Amino acid sequence: MFEPAIITHLVIAELPGALRELPSDQLNLLVNNIKNLVFGNIVSGEINPAMQDAADHYQHLHTISRAAQTVVALSLAILCTLLAWRSIHKEQRARNSVERIIMLFLIASSSIAVFTTIGIILSVLFEAIRFFQAVPLTDFMFGLKWSPQMAIREDQVGSSGAFGAVPLFAGTMLISFIAMLVAAPIGLMSAIYLSEYASKRVRNIAKPLLEILAGVPTVVYGFFAALVVAPLIRDSGTLLGLDVASESALTAGLVMGVMIIPFISSLSDDVINAVPQAMRDGSYGLGATRSETIRLVIIPAALPGIVSGMLLGISRAIGETMIVVMAAGLSANLSANPLQAVTTVTVQIVTLLVGDQEFDSPKTLAAFALGLMLFITTLILNVIALHVVRKYREQYE
Amino acid sequence: MSNKIDNEVLSASPNKSMQRVQASLARRYAKERRFRRMGISAVITGLLFLSLLFGSIISNGYTAFWQTYIQIEVHFDAEMLDPQGQRSPEALSAANYGGLVKRSLRQMFPQVKKRSDKRKLYHLVSSGAAFQLREMVMNNPQLIGSTALIWVAADDDVDMLMKGHINRHKPEADRRMKDQQISWVDELLQQGRIEQRFNTTFFTAGDSREPELAGIRGAVMGSIFTLLITLALSLPIGVAAALYLEEFAPTNRLTDLIEVNINNLAAVPSIVFGLLGLAVFIGFFGMPRSVPIVGGLVLTLMTLPTIIIASRAALKSVPPSIREAALGIGASRMQTVFHHVLPQALPGMLTGTIIGMAQALGETAPLLMIGMVAFIVDIPGNVMDPSTALPVQIYLWADSPERAFAERTSAAIMVLLAFLITMNTLAVLLRKKFERRW
Repeated sequence: MFEPAIITHLVIAELPGALRELPSDQLNLLVNNIKNLVFGNIVSGEINPAMQDAADHYQHLHTISRAAQTVVALSLAILCTLLAWRSIHKEQRARNSVERIIMLFLIASSSIAVFTTIGIILSVLFEAIRFFQAVPLTDFMFGLKWSPQMAIREDQVGSSGAFGAVPLFAGTMLISFIAMLVAAPIGLMSAIYLSEYASKRVRNIAKPLLEILAGVPTVVYGFFAALVVAPLIRDSGTLLGLDVASESALTAGLVMGVMIIPFISSLSDDVINAVPQAMRDGSYGLGATRSETIRLVIIPAALPGIVSGMLLGISRAIGETMIVVMAAGLSANLSANPLQAVTTVTVQIVTLLVGDQEFDSPKTLAAFALGLMLFITTLILNVIALHVVRKYREQYE
Repeated sequence: MSNKIDNEVLSASPNKSMQRVQASLARRYAKERRFRRMGISAVITGLLFLSLLFGSIISNGYTAFWQTYIQIEVHFDAEMLDPQGQRSPEALSAANYGGLVKRSLRQMFPQVKKRSDKRKLYHLVSSGAAFQLREMVMNNPQLIGSTALIWVAADDDVDMLMKGHINRHKPEADRRMKDQQISWVDELLQQGRIEQRFNTTFFTAGDSREPELAGIRGAVMGSIFTLLITLALSLPIGVAAALYLEEFAPTNRLTDLIEVNINNLAAVPSIVFGLLGLAVFIGFFGMPRSVPIVGGLVLTLMTLPTIIIASRAALKSVPPSIREAALGIGASRMQTVFHHVLPQALPGMLTGTIIGMAQALGETAPLLMIGMVAFIVDIPGNVMDPSTALPVQIYLWADSPERAFAERTSAAIMVLLAFLITMNTLAVLLRKKFERRW
């Protein structure tokens, strides 16, 4: 597995001194050429004797490594056979050791989740720290201007390299706010209707239908937003005499709201159903109507669960990527007008990282800093929400 | 209701309080009806969005399953294809087939003389026609010298005109098809030389810059490879993790931490997993970009929480009496779990896995991060070939300006949704079939 890396290193060590001193990108090119020479591919540039030597050396090492691999594999096999042979005897409790090994596998599997979290934190954090070495944290957190084009030449125009993330945060908030404005009332009311009013037949039909909305991939919503909703909103804006940007925050927010409706409705549905029937019966016994029971008894009792459902919905909206990539704008405007184009954190991560990139320019690293912000924000929302849900479940069990 | 009313009600005589209740009843019932109507309208709004979504995609996309073909009369001129007469594959594959197509078009419309008009004429048929002819000749060199009537794919603009997506009544400058081209198309139509057929290219070809040559096969194969990796890794790991957490783990802070952690991971935005994949698999381990294996690894990490949570729920629903009976007749804990508990919980676990896979199939953002967005024409043959995935292909096509790509995007979405609906139906059926009440 590590064979090519080791061999490459050895070959570089054997190169003539002058070639070894080359900057790393040129050295890479040279190594590539040598490899091409070895494997008989097309070589760019001309072949000099040093390269030919290196290629021969590479080939030699390659042969040695093949032989070494065979020897190692064979001896491992023999060793294992001997070990197995020796351990077979009457006192050997084979099952116990097999079970211990299986147990280790189970523990390892369950710790993968923890390693994933650690991996996320470390990978994002390291790149973000490198970014903050180039751009001060305060500039990033409080700067009002976002234009991540870095100047390649000193005198280049239009590439200020400003990394003030406030417009992105504001845009994200605006779109999430619009989304929740759509999703919260519709989601909650449909959950209430379906769990308290609807007949069993209506419920059995409407609930799965609404849940289809949750299964639709976000890229489909993005296409829907760009193809259907955006022209619709622009045209109706023109009818009303308003100037609507074709990538308005309203479009993205509206469609994102539709995506979150089933999420909120199924979470609210769960908590409403968890409210004990005795509380409803008590309220009806006092002569309250159904809506009074719902508004004055059930919703207050289910409020923690509903609120945490909303928090999870907000965290969804903040982290949602494809809808905003396809329907929201790219330019970072600091504006609270839903008819204007704004951009979001996730859109910027995608635009910064898709396409050609180098791992050490602040432009690429900025994406990781944004990713860190995104991760922290959604993590806080999730932790609060899940904690509340857990507490709430215990209360009624 | 405020306290004031309650106090008054309590202090007043029963008769008087009944009157108060009667008086407020109409208002309260009206309120009740309003509330109910709000509920109904919320449900209807949700369903309306759903039908609008599906309606617009289906009405936009169903035409993409048909493609316009034009019949041309091609003379496989030996002079043009193989002047040396060697019939060698190299010579035949390098010959000028585009010229053949152009010549037959010129013969069909001899009145066209001007160079610019000729160029417009050539635009009627797809640039893929030349490849079609080449393939025919390569397969059967005897064709050279003969004349044949051949159906070739029409250009996407002709296709759009035939499907009615180009408005003939617009001023000529605003149209992609000029008056002259429309008159040629009408003439061909009268001769019965234009036909709409089922669009097989869409299912058998890879991506292309030309809408009429573009297909989803490459993207579907990429998705399949990615999902295979995801399934092969996430099912065993997810089940093992659930088994440990549910059956073996001692209840202490560490287990608690793992549990909270898994629940949180399930709610982390998918793009963050993409960043992880970019930094760790590509940046740190040096894996290649745009390959299904990296996509599969990232999606595994993303779907694991879903599978673990579903598997734990399935394990929880197996009654303790089964475990106790097995332990009672002398099975070890491991034997109890693997021989008795796991088989009972497996259907539930598989249901969760299928739902997780459906999620992974529709996921786009993390795949963008690891570079599965390249323009790739070849159909990937294994997990190490660069490829895209179906949702990413949708994203790529949605960005293309041609009207014909909008139609194909919708069609690709329909294919994707068909896959998702099949998977979810399968999960529901599985649950129905094996669901057991203890």
